[in-house]
Amino acid sequence: MTPLVERPWFARVAAPVCVALLLLAVWQNLCTVYEVPKYLFPKPTDVLESLIENHVTLLWALLSTLKVTAYAFGLSVLLGTTVAFLFVQSKLLELSLFPYAVLFQVTPVAAIAPLIVILVKDTTTALTLCATVIALFPIISNTTIGLRSVDPGLAAYFEMNKAGRWQMLWRLRIPSALPFFMAGLRISSGLALVGAVVAEFIAGTGGNSAGLAYQIMQASFQLDIPQMFAALLLIALTGVALFGAMIQLQQFLLGHWHESALKAER
Amino acid sequence: MLDRVNPSFVAETVPVVELLSADKVFANGTRGLAPVDLTIRPGEFVSLIGPSGCGKSTLLKLIANLIEPSDGRLVWWRGSFRQVGSPGRRLAFVFQDPTLMPWAKVEANVRLPLELAGVKRAEARERAAEALARVGLTEAATRYPRQLSGGMRMRVSIARALVTQPDLLLMDEPFGALDEFTRNRLDEELIGLCHERGLTNVFVTHSIWEAVFLSSRIVVMAANPGRVFAEYQVNEPLPRDASFRDSARFSALCRELSALLSDASLASVPR
Repeated sequence: MTPLVERPWFARVAAPVCVALLLLAVWQNLCTVYEVPKYLFPKPTDVLESLIENHVTLLWALLSTLKVTAYAFGLSVLLGTTVAFLFVQSKLLELSLFPYAVLFQVTPVAAIAPLIVILVKDTTTALTLCATVIALFPIISNTTIGLRSVDPGLAAYFEMNKAGRWQMLWRLRIPSALPFFMAGLRISSGLALVGAVVAEFIAGTGGNSAGLAYQIMQASFQLDIPQMFAALLLIALTGVALFGAMIQLQQFLLGHWHESALKAER
Repeated sequence: MLDRVNPSFVAETVPVVELLSADKVFANGTRGLAPVDLTIRPGEFVSLIGPSGCGKSTLLKLIANLIEPSDGRLVWWRGSFRQVGSPGRRLAFVFQDPTLMPWAKVEANVRLPLELAGVKRAEARERAAEALARVGLTEAATRYPRQLSGGMRMRVSIARALVTQPDLLLMDEPFGALDEFTRNRLDEELIGLCHERGLTNVFVTHSIWEAVFLSSRIVVMAANPGRVFAEYQVNEPLPRDASFRDSARFSALCRELSALLSDASLASVPR
């Protein structure tokens, strides 16, 4: 029987959880020993307490932020892959449009968000657009590189067999691009969440589209630091969950053939 | 109207490939190949051998019509290309690299040329299974290329070439990257396959032993400019097996070819 420490699930799950428990214990003890007031720096138990107490508000806020994240991520994937396909079809098109894609990427979302919020009336739409501005670029650049990264030998083989444009695309370019596309997806999913939160901060909307960022702002006005931490915790957990989902998707699509997703073999 | 020359009629009578003083001058002005006259008859196994830069691969690509001759003519089966049909169907190419799709299982890789040609899925599956059986890879059909050894990948590549039931097989140093044991074994399998199917084969190699073992005729080439230096008949009946390698006759043939190649190298000095 393999020792506990050497089993894969232990290294993957139990080890990071142990680190978290250790850090939480240190945090809890430091706060208790030095009697830090909870409006300065709350103990983990205070955060948990606030989370339970405000769970209705916080979960609605989470839902709102998740909605914007999902819209922005979906829009980025749709737009990003479309643009990448267009780029690959014509070099001229890529050369003429790529600088503007870069422009999107280098403009800080905080700088253009106020403009978008003014121009777009519907809050959810405005927030979605802001988050999309950040999340779009990794998909475009990665997918474009992927669609171009075709093994030249295989490409020659396809040409020799008189493969049509569609056959080339379906059977050669798309599978070749998949690992790159997945890398873009991983980056973009995180950025969509970041974009959603940042946009909420700037838009500062309350009412029915009050997301987690709004909760953080509210809590900070009221010096309700435990609630701030609780909202922060939810954002962090959402990010981790998104990342995990992308890893699962990658495993599903690439697990059987691509080096990036292969499990270590003995 | 005849769209294709009837292969069964053609088989015994008509040369597979004829190069009529075909040459190749590359776009940058260098001469890749001086005019070549070469006739390849059905069932022949012709090896192209020579020092590097002698235009072996260029000649092979000319035969496959992957590049056009700058001058002279290429004729397949005494007909025009249109009559002969699409080149992907009646001839198959095997590269030094197996060029398999890493994301597709072995079986799907073998099926690829059929699917590109629009063959129905069920029929393609059947023919792929048959081709895999022929190279002894039935067991590996559901595995991915990365799970196979170099020799097995090359076998998959050969199965993919055989699945279209070509009449002419063109191979560009297919076993060059393999170890000697694997190479010898694949050579033995290949010669069996070609004999059994009456395949015509044009085979580029660097190895004197491989050329002698496989060929019915060896075309020795020289460089500067790339040209046919000599042709060499190997009058050893088919099928051949591993014991041919141990025979005194094999050694003698290798010595003769080796001498011929030295002459070709001497004639390849730039002028």
